[in-house]
Amino acid sequence: MAALIVEVVYRGIFQKNLAARIARGIVLSARKSGRWGIAFGRYGDSPQRNGIPAKDFAIVADTKEELEQNMARYEPKHTDVTIVLDDTLGKGVESWAWYGLQPINKLTVAGGTVLMTSLRSFDDLLKDIHKKDEPYTLALIRAKASFSGLWVYREDHTEVRMLGALARVAPQFLTLDGVCEAIREMEWGSDLKVASARKAFDRLETRPVRITEGNPEVPYSFEMPKWWEMREGVTIPAIPVGKPKEAGKGYVPERNPYFKKYTTRTMRPVIDFDTCVKCNLCWISCPDSCFDVMPDGTFDANMEACCGCGVCEAVCPVEHCITMVNESAFDDNASQWEAWRRDKGAYKTWLVDTIGNKKVTVRSHGFRFRGQYEEELKQDLDAGGVEITAGIPGENAAHKTL
Amino acid sequence: MAVTTAAPAASDEKELLISGSEAVAEALALADIDVVTAYPIRPYDTVMQAIAKKIANGQLVAEYIVAEGEHSQFEIVKHASTVGARVFCGSSGVGWAYAMECLVVTPPLRVPMLALVGNRALDDPGAFGVEHNDALFVRDLGWMLCWIDSSQEALDTTLIGYRVAEDRRVFLPLALSADGAFLTHSQALTLVPPREKVDRFLPRYDRGDLLLHPDNPITVAPQANEDWVIEIRRQNDEAMKRAYGVIEEAYADFRRVFGRGPENPWFEEYMTDDAEVILVGMGTISLPIKVGIRNMRARGKKVGLVRLRWFRPFPTERLVAALSGARAIGVIDRDYSFGSPFASGVVANEVRAAMYNAERRPPLLSFISGLGGREVTLEDVDKAADMCFAAAASGKSDTKTHWLGVRE
Repeated sequence: MAALIVEVVYRGIFQKNLAARIARGIVLSARKSGRWGIAFGRYGDSPQRNGIPAKDFAIVADTKEELEQNMARYEPKHTDVTIVLDDTLGKGVESWAWYGLQPINKLTVAGGTVLMTSLRSFDDLLKDIHKKDEPYTLALIRAKASFSGLWVYREDHTEVRMLGALARVAPQFLTLDGVCEAIREMEWGSDLKVASARKAFDRLETRPVRITEGNPEVPYSFEMPKWWEMREGVTIPAIPVGKPKEAGKGYVPERNPYFKKYTTRTMRPVIDFDTCVKCNLCWISCPDSCFDVMPDGTFDANMEACCGCGVCEAVCPVEHCITMVNESAFDDNASQWEAWRRDKGAYKTWLVDTIGNKKVTVRSHGFRFRGQYEEELKQDLDAGGVEITAGIPGENAAHKTL
Repeated sequence: MAVTTAAPAASDEKELLISGSEAVAEALALADIDVVTAYPIRPYDTVMQAIAKKIANGQLVAEYIVAEGEHSQFEIVKHASTVGARVFCGSSGVGWAYAMECLVVTPPLRVPMLALVGNRALDDPGAFGVEHNDALFVRDLGWMLCWIDSSQEALDTTLIGYRVAEDRRVFLPLALSADGAFLTHSQALTLVPPREKVDRFLPRYDRGDLLLHPDNPITVAPQANEDWVIEIRRQNDEAMKRAYGVIEEAYADFRRVFGRGPENPWFEEYMTDDAEVILVGMGTISLPIKVGIRNMRARGKKVGLVRLRWFRPFPTERLVAALSGARAIGVIDRDYSFGSPFASGVVANEVRAAMYNAERRPPLLSFISGLGGREVTLEDVDKAADMCFAAAASGKSDTKTHWLGVRE
């Protein structure tokens, strides 16, 4: 008797079809070796919002009884394999429910595997991924995160790559031949996809992670109130009025200390405080009120509150004043304005380097022009279905007026 | 029987010849309500006309808002109540159904509104007569439900209703049900107390820390997921449980201040002390049953009536105590619950469930009668009682539900 429990951690909207298809593919692949299985998603409204970390699950077992034993929960309490479809999720997951920040490897069992798509090095990723008091294996498929839109699916073979890699991680449940057979039979299956799965099987990189390794940060957490401790009438106290930044100047709003939402972010705004014209547009437009007003009238995006939507970059009238940069370029949520104030020259150097690095300024999600999908898809296929395209950098530059 | 020919004794209460709806309007003026919303549908519209007249006559100062439909009607008073207004609203039949979304959110938001449901058959077919299914829509949702059977009870229970609903321990809405036509359109002599007495009985509505006001900044009804919802339901459950004690207190205080009112808030017992058969019903069905009981007693048949006032919260323990001594129970529903256990009416199934843990469970018969406003005749009552006597003799419950007064 044995079972394999897999969670697929994904970004809401951008990867909802991808995650569901991987979970299905796991079950269908395991079926080829006579296993029973179920694929399911945690239902909620919020996961189907841009970027919110969400999960699908696949369970395969030797017998129906063992499968049911593992199904009788809202979601598994531990997983043999944690599949992570975007490496910025390595910073942790705050779901739509109030559970605090959960390390990406929280559910992974001792000796289990965190299987991720990433172009970054193991050591770089372990700066983000929290320490775990049990050893596990970090396994990487070399690829950028595959993001699509609300009603479209990006057919870039990420799905089959993960299945091919999983056959290497858990061969007792998924044989490579079983995976390939399932891929051929599945919706939109093809020999090209089978080739991608086999390549991923061969190219999977793994590294054992010791209990001393990883991000030492203690994730924030809290106790949920009892029913009789909660306010009645479905009421919550309003967020209090904020305070000046310092010396009676500027304005920092109070924020919800329990529900921060920043793990929704895949890119963050990088701000040039020297060229800011103090027009307020970013501050007014931010749907999460993430901007703090600084004493000098500039605006600092608070990284505990920013969801990374990019509206600020779109509305900012000044060229290169606000630039969205991939989360992978950052190790913390520190204030940019404070860094700028400490050393304006060093900040400028860092800023120019960072926003000049096309690797991290390429838009990680969303479609920006008509026909983009077809163009990128063609590139994927021309390249043999292995590499994933980089995306379109700097698409907002043409709209800047200052 | 003694016949009273003397004029009524002098009292500080005025005696008026008014309908159940007008009696509610009298009580609303005495309770000095702040906001009332209106949208016409028979038979509830009688109360909205009566309130409008009160305002026009200068007897009541209140915001009177004619909404564009029942949905808005109930939504407006919900919001007015959260900012501290004492509110009143009401509807009938499918109008009440159209407001359903707003009715659903009212209890979890702990809005102590008072609504008059002029009970009316649900469409189709389009009909004006009484059935109780409209008010019963909300029986599981945290609304308190009370049925009244006279103008006097309409007036008194409106005052008691605000006292209970606005008690901080409760803060739940109350739907007061009045049978269409039989009560909403029938005028009876009714005592109207002076304002000073009402003021002694009914404190101001104080929403406390739930008040939506700039000085008490709160957010009402945010989105919540599985990490909060069951706790919110449990809070509602507790409020409804606390309502039992608050209702007892309110009736005791009503008797102290006004010198009248029932000892037992929950139900009226008519000739039950020695009754072998007890009939159970809600609303104005009490009238033909009482007359029928007197006739049957003249023939030596010991029959009694339990007329339920409070359906939510349901007076389980007291009802069981009142019924378990009978030799047979007959529940007459003015509603239906198609496909329910034994195809009974709603009240019969509730009484059955309440009796399940009783030490002594007499045979229980279920009757459906008076739908769509049809008269429940003395013959119907006789027939029901006779069937109950037969069940008492056999000691067995009948699993069939009997439709009285249906052409067959």
